[in-house]
Amino acid sequence: MSKEITVLMSGNESIGEGAIRAGLKFYAGYPITPQNELTAYMAEHLPLRGGIFLQSESELAAINMVYGASAAGARVMTTSSSPGISLKQEGLSYIAGAQTPVVVANVMRAGPGLGNIWPAQSDYFQATKGGGHGDYHMIVLAPSTVQESLDLTREAFDLADRYRIAVMILSDGMLGQMMEGVTMPAAEEPPVPVAKPWALTGAAGRRKNIVCSLFMERDGVEKNNLLLQRKYRRIAHNETRLEAYRMADASAAIVAYGTMARIGRSVVDAMRARGVRVGLLRPITLWPFPAREIARFSHKTKRLLVVEMSYGQMVEDVRLTADKKAVVHFYGRAGGGIPTHKQVERELTRFLARKKRG
Amino acid sequence: MCLAATPGYPMSKSYKRPASLVDRATHYCPGCGHGILHRLVAEVVDELGIREKVISVAPVGCAVLAYHYWDFDSAEAAHGRALAVATGIKRVRPDNVVFTYQGDGDLAAIGTAETIHAANRGENLTVIFVNNAVYGMTGGQMAPTTILGQKTATTPRGRSVKDEGYPLKIMEMLALLDGVAYAERTLLVNPREVLNTRRAVKEAFLNQMAGKGFSIVEVLSMCPTYAGKNPTDAIRWVSENLAKIFQPGRLK
Repeated sequence: MSKEITVLMSGNESIGEGAIRAGLKFYAGYPITPQNELTAYMAEHLPLRGGIFLQSESELAAINMVYGASAAGARVMTTSSSPGISLKQEGLSYIAGAQTPVVVANVMRAGPGLGNIWPAQSDYFQATKGGGHGDYHMIVLAPSTVQESLDLTREAFDLADRYRIAVMILSDGMLGQMMEGVTMPAAEEPPVPVAKPWALTGAAGRRKNIVCSLFMERDGVEKNNLLLQRKYRRIAHNETRLEAYRMADASAAIVAYGTMARIGRSVVDAMRARGVRVGLLRPITLWPFPAREIARFSHKTKRLLVVEMSYGQMVEDVRLTADKKAVVHFYGRAGGGIPTHKQVERELTRFLARKKRG
Repeated sequence: MCLAATPGYPMSKSYKRPASLVDRATHYCPGCGHGILHRLVAEVVDELGIREKVISVAPVGCAVLAYHYWDFDSAEAAHGRALAVATGIKRVRPDNVVFTYQGDGDLAAIGTAETIHAANRGENLTVIFVNNAVYGMTGGQMAPTTILGQKTATTPRGRSVKDEGYPLKIMEMLALLDGVAYAERTLLVNPREVLNTRRAVKEAFLNQMAGKGFSIVEVLSMCPTYAGKNPTDAIRWVSENLAKIFQPGRLK
C-alpha cells in the first residue's frame, strides 16, 4: 500500500484537492463567499498539476465554459455558493439535456435573495428537484466531514463520466470553512481517462459528433427525455446511499445530512450514553434519495425527526417514503440560524415523550 | 471574378459542394444570407484542410441548426453563451480550430458579457458574427443592431432614440480591446462582397491557426422575411441602409 498522509484542510480546500486527484482538467469559477478558498485553491494548485484554471466574468460564463470543456472530453468542475448556483441553473439544464458530465459544488449559504454568508441547507429543493427548466436530475452528494468532502468529490467525477450527468457536491458554509485532518495517499497516479466517443475532438476518421439539447424531429425531445428517465432509474437503482448510525435497536431516529448530521450524531451519542435508544439516518445521496432504505427502517423505527438548516425541504422526501405508521417530525432553522445540539436534543426528547399514535 | 478561375476549382466542374457542407436543404427562408455564409465557412475549412480539426459552436437563433449543414464536430450553446462554450473547448483542445457562428441578438444582446470578456482575454478563437438587424427565429423583433426608424415586431413605429436607444456598434467596441487581433466588417450583397467575405473568414481562421488570438468577422446579411421585402430589395436595404450605420471595412 502506498504511503498515506494526513493534512489539515478546510472543507472547501478538500473539495479542490479531491477534484485535482480525480484528474480535473478544467475549472472555471467566479468569486463568492463562503466558497472563495476553493477557487483560490484551484488557482494555486490546478495549473501546477496539469489542469486549467479560469476566473470567469460571471457564473453564467463559468457553467458554460465547463459545458464546452466537458463537450470536448475533459473532466471539468465549477463551484459556487447559493446565489451563484441560481445563476448556473440555465447551464445545468443544457448540461442535463446534452448529457455532458460535469461536477459542481454548492457551498450553501442563507437565502432567499442575497441572504447572508452564513451556512444553510435551503437549496435542497433546487439541487434535488431540477432547479433549471425541463425534467432532469443531478446526482447530489452530501458530505458531512472534510474527509468526506474530498472522498465524495473524487468519486463524483467517476459518477459524472459513468452516467454522463451533472454531479453536485452539496456542502455548506460551515462544512466549507471548518478544518479537519484529511487522510489520503501521499502520491496518486492520475486516473485512467474514460473513453468518450461522443466528445468533440474533431471529426477525424469518424462521423461528426454533435453535442446539443435541441432535437427538431417531432418526437426528438420526447425520445431524449425517455432516454434520460431510463438513465435516472438506473442511477436510483445503483447509486443510492444512506448511513445508518446506531440504528439496530433504535426506537427513534434523527434524519439529517451534511452539517446537521454532525450535530445529529453528537445528539445520538449523548442520548445513548443515558440509555435512550436513538439513532441517525444520514442520506449521502440526496438524489437519488434513499427512499427504500428509509422506508425499511421506518417499519421498526417509528419516530423520525428530520433536522435541517431550512424550513423543511428534505422532510418532504422523508414523509413520502416513510412507512405510514411512522411519525415524521421536523425541526429546522435557516437564514443563518443553525440548530444547536441542545435544541435538537430538546426536540427529540419532546418527540419521544409524545403519546404513540395508532 | 469567376470561380472557375480560382485555384482549387477545376475547369470541368466549376461549382461543387464543399466536403464540409452536408448535401441537404436548409431551413432558411428564400433570400436569407445564412446559406451563403455557411457555404463560405465550409469552403474555407476545406481549403485550409481543417475539416477533421474544426469544432463549431452554434448559437441560439436562426443558425442554431448550422451543425446539420456542416460536416464537422459541433456544440450547441445556450443563447448568448457561445463564446463561453468555445472558450472551454479551445482551452482543453488548443490544437483544434474552434469557431462560433452567432447572430446579432446572440452576440450583442444576451451574450454581450461573454463576447466582450472572451475578446478581452484574447481567446484564440474565430467568430463569425451575422448582423441582419433583426431577430429572425422568434418572429422579427428588434435586435441590438436594428437601425433607427426600422420597424420590427417590437418597434412597430420604428426604432427611436428616445425609447430604444441607438444601434449597438459592438465591433467598434471590440476593436478597442487589446485582446482582439482582428476585426473586420463585410457584406453579402453581391458576388464581389461575397468573395471579400470569404477572404475575411479565411483570415480569421488563419489567425487562429497562427495563434494570433481573437478574430471576428461581422457579416451584414439579409433577412427578407422580416424586412418585409423581396430578396432583391432586402439586399438593396442592406447596402443602402444597414451598411451606412455599420460601415464595412477593417476595424483592426
